[in-house]
Amino acid sequence: MTQPFIGFEKVSKVFGALTVVDQLDLAIHEGEFVSMLGPSGSGKTTILMMLAGFEAPSSGKISVAGRQVDQLPPHKRNMGVVFQNYALFPHMSVADNIAFPLSMRGVAKAESDQRVRRALDMVQLGALSDRRPSQLSGGQQQRVALARALVFEPQVVLMDEPLGALDKKLREQMQLDIRDLHRRLGLTIVFVTHDQSEALTMSDRIAVFNRGKIEQIGTPNEIYDHPATRFVAEFIGETNLIHATAEAADGEVSRVVLANGQSLSVGRKALKPGEQVCLSVRPERIKPSGTQENRIAGTVRDVVYHGDHLRLIVDAAGQTVVLRSERSEAAPTIGDGIEMSFSPRDCWVVAR
Amino acid sequence: MSRRRRLPVSLALIAPLGLFLLIFFAAPLYTMMSAAVSDPIASRALPGVGSALASWDGSAAPGPDAQAVFARDIRSIEDDQLFGDLVRRLNSAKPGFRTLMSKTRTALREDLKANDLVAIDERWSDPAYWQAVKTATASTFTDRNLLAAVDLERSPAGDIQAMPAGISANRTTLARTFVVSLLVTIACLLIGFPYAMIAASVEGWKRQLLLGAVLLPLWTSLLVRTAAWFILLQDNGLINSALMALGLSSGPVPLIFNRTGVVIAMTHVLLPFMVLPIFSVLIGIPKNLMPAAASLGAAPIRAFWKVLLPLSMRGVVSGSLLVFMSALGYYITPALIGGAQDQMISSVIAYYATGAANWAMAGALGIVLLAATIILYTLYLRLASDQQVQP
Repeated sequence: MTQPFIGFEKVSKVFGALTVVDQLDLAIHEGEFVSMLGPSGSGKTTILMMLAGFEAPSSGKISVAGRQVDQLPPHKRNMGVVFQNYALFPHMSVADNIAFPLSMRGVAKAESDQRVRRALDMVQLGALSDRRPSQLSGGQQQRVALARALVFEPQVVLMDEPLGALDKKLREQMQLDIRDLHRRLGLTIVFVTHDQSEALTMSDRIAVFNRGKIEQIGTPNEIYDHPATRFVAEFIGETNLIHATAEAADGEVSRVVLANGQSLSVGRKALKPGEQVCLSVRPERIKPSGTQENRIAGTVRDVVYHGDHLRLIVDAAGQTVVLRSERSEAAPTIGDGIEMSFSPRDCWVVAR
Repeated sequence: MSRRRRLPVSLALIAPLGLFLLIFFAAPLYTMMSAAVSDPIASRALPGVGSALASWDGSAAPGPDAQAVFARDIRSIEDDQLFGDLVRRLNSAKPGFRTLMSKTRTALREDLKANDLVAIDERWSDPAYWQAVKTATASTFTDRNLLAAVDLERSPAGDIQAMPAGISANRTTLARTFVVSLLVTIACLLIGFPYAMIAASVEGWKRQLLLGAVLLPLWTSLLVRTAAWFILLQDNGLINSALMALGLSSGPVPLIFNRTGVVIAMTHVLLPFMVLPIFSVLIGIPKNLMPAAASLGAAPIRAFWKVLLPLSMRGVVSGSLLVFMSALGYYITPALIGGAQDQMISSVIAYYATGAANWAMAGALGIVLLAATIILYTLYLRLASDQQVQP
């Protein structure tokens, strides 16, 4: 196996009695866009800060491009960092902000001017080069911060919840812009976020963090469709966790039984009979009709209008199941009996 | 409430402040400033002489007409107090008037016909005496005190010239005041900036402790603090004993009654005025700017010069200005800790105001100090508005 571009080996970070990062192993390849996703306090920002050099690991090794960096001060790491609140220098114009890393590297004035202009064009802010950061909108400040982190062509770009302060529409636009830049420039990007939809939209791979450990790492598809743990299933997107007991695993198909005695078949997964599990089924995978293999009967408790679709909240087998229903004339109403169904392929067993 | 009814209420609310400022600030300031430039004694005592001497060319003693007016005015002074003031005023311009005037007055009162002053005293033939009389009676305002405050005077011909060396040392004292204030400001900056940085970088009880340590001196009287330094800085005081016990010095280092002691004590007293403005600016600077500078390739020292220092400049400038301006007016500390060669301008003002009862001179020195301070403040405002960071 080739050496990863960024490698964490048994990296821990301890603050007093609190272990923030616990024995982390992580490999990131060159040109990859990796998101670190997790709730606040899960250690994702600390990992980024250790990579940037603002925090020293308590133990373990961090290497970038085959070189161990954990003893290197931040200003020698050559990483572009985009901070949560942009961290633009308020006393400098936009152009001076972007020229800052170049002047620190002794780039000649003429070349620096040219590169600043190119960076400004790249983020479509060419006309605002003389403004102060305070005269810009949040989205524009974000673009300046991005241009500043990219202008010196760093080997890695780190982003710490860079879109957190923007409103939804702007955030979605910036997500696409950053993804586009990543593809065009072939950047290696480590992106910290607590917003799962952001991570799903932008990343090549997502590392889901919980309490200083990686719960699961994989492509957005893998993470969404095949959550490894209950935490991942709940954290990424919306899901139904249906409590069940493993019944039998005979070859291709495993069977589980619900509290009301109903038996369901689930996808391939080695289960010990009697094991307490959860079935994770996405709301959009459950059909409000009996057309699929696993059928459950229930009573509609509520119907929530969402514009393009309806959400049905159904009491079934002593549990609450949420499902997504297309709008149609025959929409069920509160109190209706309903038969739902889903395919064994669309449910995923996680430990309870 | 209507707008019209609100105005009197607002005025009534600020009236105590307005009255306070008027009575205890504006009025004394005006009194002292006008005392520095007003010179009404001679014009009041000798009402006719001013116009009589207006056309006099100053080459020789004035003609008999002018002398007659002078004699008449002298005879008509009934008030001995006024005559005393007149003599003092003239004597301060030209020594010798004290004996001359009393002799002349006595002679003129004995012989009501006599108008030839030269016959009474030879000195009246000297134009220098008449020049003094002319200057004193020409106007109720004078620039004498203001000029004297910066070691200047008017020649008998009315030109501004430097006072003879050794007469007055106001310029030296003013220069010394500025040098000491500057030294104290620099010392406060060198100690206060790193201190403020540390205080801004820690949190919780540590910050409270650091700020408390700075504020503590402010809760103690200036006199007490100065007296404490008086004890600490002595030849066998705590500092010298420690230095000698540690073997850093073989004999006592002279720390008191010299410039060093004054700067040490004033720096201690004025340090809070440097630390607090810098601190308040520093805590307003976003925490991630220095990490950002580092990530962009700036080594810590360069990041400080390029980012932290420019952003904290407003605190540095206002702290420096506060310290410098307070130091300009310092009186007790230099008086107690300093030697004869370390007295600042305020002690000269105090001497004129309380020792010599020469309020005019005290007022003039005050005006010079005030003017210097206002010039500095204007410079500061210029600089501050130039590099104002947009909010």
